[in-house]
Amino acid sequence: MRAPQSRTEDDTTSASDLLVVRGLVAGYGAAPVLQAIDLTVPAGTIAAVVGANGAGKTTLLRALSGMIRPVAGQVLLAGEDLRGTPVEQLVRRGMAHVPEGRGVISELTVDENLRLGGLWRRDRADAGRALDEVYELFEPLARRRRHLGHQLSGGERQMLALGRALVGRPRLLLLDEPSLGLAPRVVARTMALLRQLRDQTGLTVLLVEQNVRSALAIADQGVVMSLGRVVTAAPAATLRDDVELRHAYLGF
Amino acid sequence: MSATRAALPPTREPDGVGERPVDRRRGSTLLRHLTFTLAAALLLVGVSYAVEPFRNFQLATVAAYLCATAGLTVLTGLNGQLSLGHGALMATGAYTVAFCQNAFADRGMTGGWLLPLSLGAAILSTVVVGAVVGVAAARLRGPYLAGVTLAVAIVVPALAVTFDGVFNGEQGLSVPVEPPPASLGLYFPYERWQLWLAGAATLLAMLLLANLIRSRFGRTFRAVRDDEVAARLAGIHVARTQVLAFVVSAATAGLGGALLAVLAQSVSPGAFSLTLSLFLLMAVVIGGLGRLAGAVWGAVLLVALPDLTHSVTELLTLSPAVAQRLEGNLPLAIFGVTLIVVMIAAPGGVQGLLSRLGRALLARLPARRS
Amino acid sequence: MDRFVFLTIDGLSRGAVYAAFALALVLIWRAARVVNFAQGAMAVAAAYVAYTVSAETGSYWLGFVVAIVAGLLLGALVDRAVMRFVDHTSPLNPVIVALGLVLLIQAVLGMVYGSEFRPAEAPFSRSALSVGGVAVLSPYDLFVFAAIGVVVSGLAWMFARTPVGLRMRAAAFAPEVSRLLGVNVGGMLTLGWALASGVGALAAMLVIPTELGLHPHAMDLVFVSAFTAAVVGGLDSPPGAVVGGLVVGLLLSYVSGYAGSDLTPLAVLVLLLAVLLVRPGGLFAPVAARRV
Ligand SMILES: Nc1ncnc2c1ncn2[C@@H]1O[C@H](COP(=O)(O)OP(=O)(O)OP(=O)(O)O)[C@@H](O)[C@H]1O
Ligand SMILES: [Mg+2]
Repeated sequence: MRAPQSRTEDDTTSASDLLVVRGLVAGYGAAPVLQAIDLTVPAGTIAAVVGANGAGKTTLLRALSGMIRPVAGQVLLAGEDLRGTPVEQLVRRGMAHVPEGRGVISELTVDENLRLGGLWRRDRADAGRALDEVYELFEPLARRRRHLGHQLSGGERQMLALGRALVGRPRLLLLDEPSLGLAPRVVARTMALLRQLRDQTGLTVLLVEQNVRSALAIADQGVVMSLGRVVTAAPAATLRDDVELRHAYLGF
Repeated sequence: MSATRAALPPTREPDGVGERPVDRRRGSTLLRHLTFTLAAALLLVGVSYAVEPFRNFQLATVAAYLCATAGLTVLTGLNGQLSLGHGALMATGAYTVAFCQNAFADRGMTGGWLLPLSLGAAILSTVVVGAVVGVAAARLRGPYLAGVTLAVAIVVPALAVTFDGVFNGEQGLSVPVEPPPASLGLYFPYERWQLWLAGAATLLAMLLLANLIRSRFGRTFRAVRDDEVAARLAGIHVARTQVLAFVVSAATAGLGGALLAVLAQSVSPGAFSLTLSLFLLMAVVIGGLGRLAGAVWGAVLLVALPDLTHSVTELLTLSPAVAQRLEGNLPLAIFGVTLIVVMIAAPGGVQGLLSRLGRALLARLPARRS
Repeated sequence: MDRFVFLTIDGLSRGAVYAAFALALVLIWRAARVVNFAQGAMAVAAAYVAYTVSAETGSYWLGFVVAIVAGLLLGALVDRAVMRFVDHTSPLNPVIVALGLVLLIQAVLGMVYGSEFRPAEAPFSRSALSVGGVAVLSPYDLFVFAAIGVVVSGLAWMFARTPVGLRMRAAAFAPEVSRLLGVNVGGMLTLGWALASGVGALAAMLVIPTELGLHPHAMDLVFVSAFTAAVVGGLDSPPGAVVGGLVVGLLLSYVSGYAGSDLTPLAVLVLLLAVLLVRPGGLFAPVAARRV
C-alpha cells in the first residue's frame, strides 16, 4: 500500500541544488492532486518527470510557478523560499515555465512573442542579445518574424515557446510536454538542444514528458510520478535499466 | 461570447417561489397559489382600512412597481435575458391607458368596465412592442442585448418629444379616472380605492406569473437560462422560449406602467427615464434575481427608500435648494451603492439572504431536538 | 450642395467624438470583456471636475487637462475598487455593476452640482469659416479633429510600438501566459481602464460644448451613439470603432439636417438594431461573428 520511499541522494540541501521541493501539497479544489511531493534538482542538470496521464505532472509545474497556490510545503529556488511570490515575479527569480500546449500567443507576431519573453529585463542590451541568439538558434523563426502565432506549424510554435523562455535567460526551465504532437525527429532535436543548453550555459531543466525514452535519454535524473506522488527519483540511467520499474510505471 | 446567455450568480435556487421540495405538493400548486393570493387580498383589504390614505397610495404604487419587477424577474432571473428597457415598456402601457381613458372620456362614456378595458389594451400594446423587442433580443447575447435595451430605454422616452402632436411632449397627458363606485359609500377614500384597484390587478398578475413559473413553460425558461445548447438538445425551441419570456415580462411591465399612470392620473416621459429602468433592474437584483418573492422586496424598496430619504432630509436643517438636490439624488446614490455591493457581496439578494437564514434555522431545529 | 458639405463636415466632427468614445469602449472590452456602461457617467464626472477648475481659475485649458487626468484616475479607481471584485463568470454581473456605477455617479453629480444644464464654453469659435462662399469648417471642428487625431494615433502607436502596449495586448489575449512571462496583468488591466476612461473624458470635453451643456445625463445619448459605433465596427476592433464612429456621426448629421434633429435618437436605435440583426459581428467583420 505504501508508496516506495523517494530516494534522493541526500536529505539535506546542498548548495548545488537549484530547486528543492519539500512536502508540496497542491490541487484545484477540495481534494489535493499533489500529495507531499519531495524533489531536488541540482543546478546544471536535467530532471525528467514521467508518469501516466493525470498523475499530476502539469499540476506540479503549475504549483512550482505559482499558478496554483500550494496548500502546504516548501519550494526553494537557489535556497530562497518562493512562498507568496507572485507568478509574474518568478521570471525575475530566474524561473521560466513553458506551459502545456506551449502558450504561444496566437494574436501576436513571432517577434512580439519573443520580445515579450525579455520585456521584464532591466538589462536591455542583454535582452537584445538574447533575442538575437534565439533567432540564431531557431533559424525558421527568424524567417517568420512577422507571422502571427496562429500561422505557425506545431514545431515552429514549440520553437517559439522555448525560444521565448530562453530570451529571459532563466536558470531553471520548467517544460511541460514539449514533444506533444511533434514528429520524432523534431523531438530528438529538441532533446539534443536541451542537453546542449545544459552543457553550454549550465541551464537547469525540469522536463515533464510522456515520451519517456527520449526524456530519460538526455536526463540526469528521472522522477516517476503516480497518483500525485513521487514514486521514484533515481539517476536516469538506473531507471532506463530497471525493467521492473519500467513495467510498473512506464509501460515499456 | 459564450453560447450561454447571461447566466446567473452562482448562489441560486433551482426554483423561483418555494424553496422546499415540490414532490409532496405537486398536484396542489394551483390551489396553494390561490389560497395565498386570497390571503394576500384579504390582508390588503384589512390594511387598506387600517392605515392612512397616503400609505394606501404608497402601497398602491408598490403594487404597480411589483408588476414590473416581477416581469423583469421572470425575464432576467428565470430566463437569463437582461433588459434595461423595461421603463420604456412601462411607458408604452402608461401612454396606452392614457389614450384609451381620454378616448372614453371624450365620448362621454362611463362605467366600471372601462378601466379594465383600458388596462387590457395597455397590456396588449406592450405585448406587441415586447414581441418586437423580444424577437430582436432572442438573437442577441450579453452586452449586445444590454446595449440594445439601454438604447430603447433612452430613445423611447425621447419619442414623446419627437412626436409631441400625439404625446404632448414633456408635458405629457392627463389620465381621467372615474371615482370609486357609489355603492362603496359617499365617503370612501379615493386612495383606498386606488389600492384596491392596483392590488387586485397586481395579485391577479402575480397569480398568473407564479403558476407560469411552476408550469412547463417555467421549466423551459430556466433550462434555456442555464444552458442554451443543452436546452436545444432537449428539444426546447430556444428562440421561441426567449421571445415568450420577453412577451410575458413585457405584458406585466405594461400593466405596471398603466397602473402607475392610473394612480398618478397623468403620464409624462420624465416618469419613464433610463433611471426608472435602472431602478427596476436594481430592485430585481437586490430582491434576489430569479425569485418572485424578491420582486416584492424590490418593489417595496423602490417606494420606501425615497420616502425614507425624504424623512431624513427633513430632519436635517438644510437650505431648500440643497435639500431638494439631496432628496432627489440620495435615493439614487443609495440604490447605486446597494446594487454594486449586493452584486459583489451577495449575488442572491435580500431573498437569498433570507432563505439562507431560514435554511440555517431549519437545519438547527432538529439538531436541538435530538 | 452647400448644405451637404456643411452636414458632412459637421458629421465628421461629431463622428470623431463618437469614434474616440467608441474606441474607449473597445479598449475595455478587449482587455476585460466588459462593456463599460458607466463610461458616459464617468466621462461626465470628469467634465464636471474640469468645469469646477475652469470656474475657479478662469482657465479653460487648465480645466481641460484636469479633466483628462481625472478621467484617467477615475478609470483606475473603478477597476481597482469595484470591477476587480466582481465575479466575471456571468457576463450579467459586470454589466449590472456598471449600471450601479451609473446611478451612483449621476446621483453624486446631481447632489453636488444640481440637475440644471450648465453652459460649457468652447475654447474656439464654433461658427464655420467660409471657403469660396461655402461654410465649411469652424475652428472648433479643427480643434476636435486635431485632438482626436492626436489621441487615436497616439494610442495606435502605443499599442503597436511600445513595450507597454505589447504587454497590454498580451495581457488581454492570454493573461495566464503573460503572467508567466513577467507581465503584471492586473496592472495592465488597470492601465487599460485608466486610458479608456481618459479618452472618454476627452470625448466628453469635446462634445458637451456642442450640445445643451453640462448635465449629469449629458452623455447618455452619446453613449448609445458610441456603443452603436463600436458595434458597427465590431466590438473587438479599434480601427473598426473609429470608422464606426465616423459612420454614426455622418448618419446622425444627415438625419438631423434633412429630417429634423428630433429624429436622431430614433435613427441611432434603428441603426443599432439593423447592424446587430443583419451583421452582428459588425460591418467590417470578414466572416459572421464567431460564436462558440
Ligand atoms: N483545472 C483543473 N481543475 C480540477 N482538476 C484538475 C484541473 N487540472 C487537472 N486536474 C486534475 O488533476 C489531476 C492531475 O492532472 P495533471 O494535469 O496534473 O496531470 P498530468 O500528469 O499533467 O497528465 P497529462 O500527462 O495527461 O498531461 C487529474 O486528475 C486532473 O483531472
Ligand atoms: Mg499534463
